[in-house]
Amino acid sequence: MNKTHDNRAWFFVLPVVALVAFNAIIPLMTVVNYSVQETFGDNVFFWAGVTWFEQILRSPRFHDALTRQLIFTFTILLIEVPLGVAIALTMPRKGPWVPVCLVLMALPLLIPWNVVGAMWNIFALPDIGLLGRSLNALGFDYNFTRQPGDAWFTLILMDVWHWTSLVVLLAYAGLVSIPDAYYQAAKIDGARPFAIFRYIQLPKMKRVLTIAVLLRFMDSFMIYTELSVLTGGGPGNATTLLSIDLVKIALGQFDLGPAAAMSLIYFLIILLLSWVFYTLMMRNEQQ
Amino acid sequence: MAKILLDTLRHAYVADPASESDWALKELNLEWEDGGAYALLGPSGCGKTTLLSIISGLLRPSRGRVLFDGRDVTDLPPDERHIAQVFQFPVVYDTMTVYDNLAFPLRNRGVDEAHVDNRVREIAEMIDLTHMLANRAAGLTADGKQKISLGRGLVRSDVNAIMFDEPLTVIDPHLKWQLRSKLKELHQRVRTTMIYVTHDQTEALTFADKVVVMNQGEVVQIGTPVELFERPQHTFVGHFIGSPGMNVLPCDASNGGARVNGVALQTTSGGDLAAAAGRLEVGVRPEFVTFADKGENGVLPARVVKVSDAGRYRIVEAQAADHAIKLLVPEGADIPGEATALRFDPERTAVYRDGWIVA
Repeated sequence: MNKTHDNRAWFFVLPVVALVAFNAIIPLMTVVNYSVQETFGDNVFFWAGVTWFEQILRSPRFHDALTRQLIFTFTILLIEVPLGVAIALTMPRKGPWVPVCLVLMALPLLIPWNVVGAMWNIFALPDIGLLGRSLNALGFDYNFTRQPGDAWFTLILMDVWHWTSLVVLLAYAGLVSIPDAYYQAAKIDGARPFAIFRYIQLPKMKRVLTIAVLLRFMDSFMIYTELSVLTGGGPGNATTLLSIDLVKIALGQFDLGPAAAMSLIYFLIILLLSWVFYTLMMRNEQQ
Repeated sequence: MAKILLDTLRHAYVADPASESDWALKELNLEWEDGGAYALLGPSGCGKTTLLSIISGLLRPSRGRVLFDGRDVTDLPPDERHIAQVFQFPVVYDTMTVYDNLAFPLRNRGVDEAHVDNRVREIAEMIDLTHMLANRAAGLTADGKQKISLGRGLVRSDVNAIMFDEPLTVIDPHLKWQLRSKLKELHQRVRTTMIYVTHDQTEALTFADKVVVMNQGEVVQIGTPVELFERPQHTFVGHFIGSPGMNVLPCDASNGGARVNGVALQTTSGGDLAAAAGRLEVGVRPEFVTFADKGENGVLPARVVKVSDAGRYRIVEAQAADHAIKLLVPEGADIPGEATALRFDPERTAVYRDGWIVA
């Protein structure tokens, strides 16, 4: 096939290049700029090389925040994905209840993130919150502002409440796209409900579930707003995940160099893990 | 293997069918011989898929019973009726190999692996899939996937009937022919009852020993392809089967015989036509109309309007007063000038009252 070459076509790409430059490349470059320099104010900068990167990568504080982050992310993935699929399976596929279920499911996603944090903070307060008081009334010694375990429990519960809906909606979209003939064929072939799930529903949901896992992975790795309102990283550093730690370094201590270096490492970890996830899932598909 | 009997069957998709038009399937009594190759032929929306779903057990009829070898199976689900079905769009289990797909119905029924292996290899041989047993089913072409669907029906030795719901819709034209003859060949080999739903007359007539023609929820004729062609029981069958379809001309019945444009025609319909009420029509296929001399007895004066070439024969459109009549003329035969006359073969011309043939 002959392709026509016309270099003027590049002009069509220019607006996008300009847009991406302004909203991504240039801000990122300022971070890169900070990450390799030292400043003592007055806009005077000294070359620092990779000092900040070394410092961050060796710091136990970063290691701890990263470990907590990984635990958090994998815990919520392990809960939200199976739970989301299970809820999607029980939702009706036809009839008047469909829109009702969809709207109910979408509700948590429509609430602003800081409001979610505030809601759960109040809800879980041991002295006045419905959840906190009830738990204590039932004999549990529950106080998420003092006990790390309780703080984690509340944090994960909040995230599951907030984000399982996303998995549900995606899985549901995958389910309703399965033609009736598949279910009929399965009936004729004498397949039991588990076989129907394993060989029809799950394979047909695979693509949307890949998206769901990727989205939930990235978002949970970047969780900040709800968490900062709910616990602010406490008690102590118990729920200080990467984003909270980053803000403490950047705005609390005003260590711009280390904060910039940490931002870049943080960004690269998300990029790398997302790529690994995606490649693994897609390679499975092609086999 | 079983004889299938449909006893005063009716079905409506609305809850309380009030008028006759609410019924998707009007009252039906049908018998399907064991081991026959049947086609259910009719236009879209005539109820043929509804009927198929009722036989397979995917749908429960509003009235009437379905009997397999005398046993009432109306309330049994598909797997307990031991039927298999090939759907319009290929249904395969994407994540499984071709082998596992074919083995699936047997494994679900707890058949031991040695027997499963025997059956799968035997059936794969029959449907020419042996060389791709280890492939992922998702990678096959549409015709390969339809073969798998068919194979899943064939592996079970207890299958009473195999249903086909327009199975060639998504197949490439040059493969349709191949798959159709394969199906015919398989039927002769396994002798399982096969019911084939289609709106394509070529598919129905080449596949089936007996064709059930349906229209608007009613069975209009059951017969061999030859019967459908030579003696349509209803003007709909005349129109629907054949290309071009049957000529249907309004007629009157003065003197007891059929008259078109005042010309008395000889037909197979006997008795006094004027004796009963109803709209009368004369039906004759284009194949049985020939040119004649204007002076002859019982011929219809007409003039040729249009001639189109269809390969081995030509389709002539003629006009007799208000009525358009088509006839087929073999290649090379003379076509007279404009003013001529037409003769209808008396053995192949029938009178229809309100659409139904008068014996």
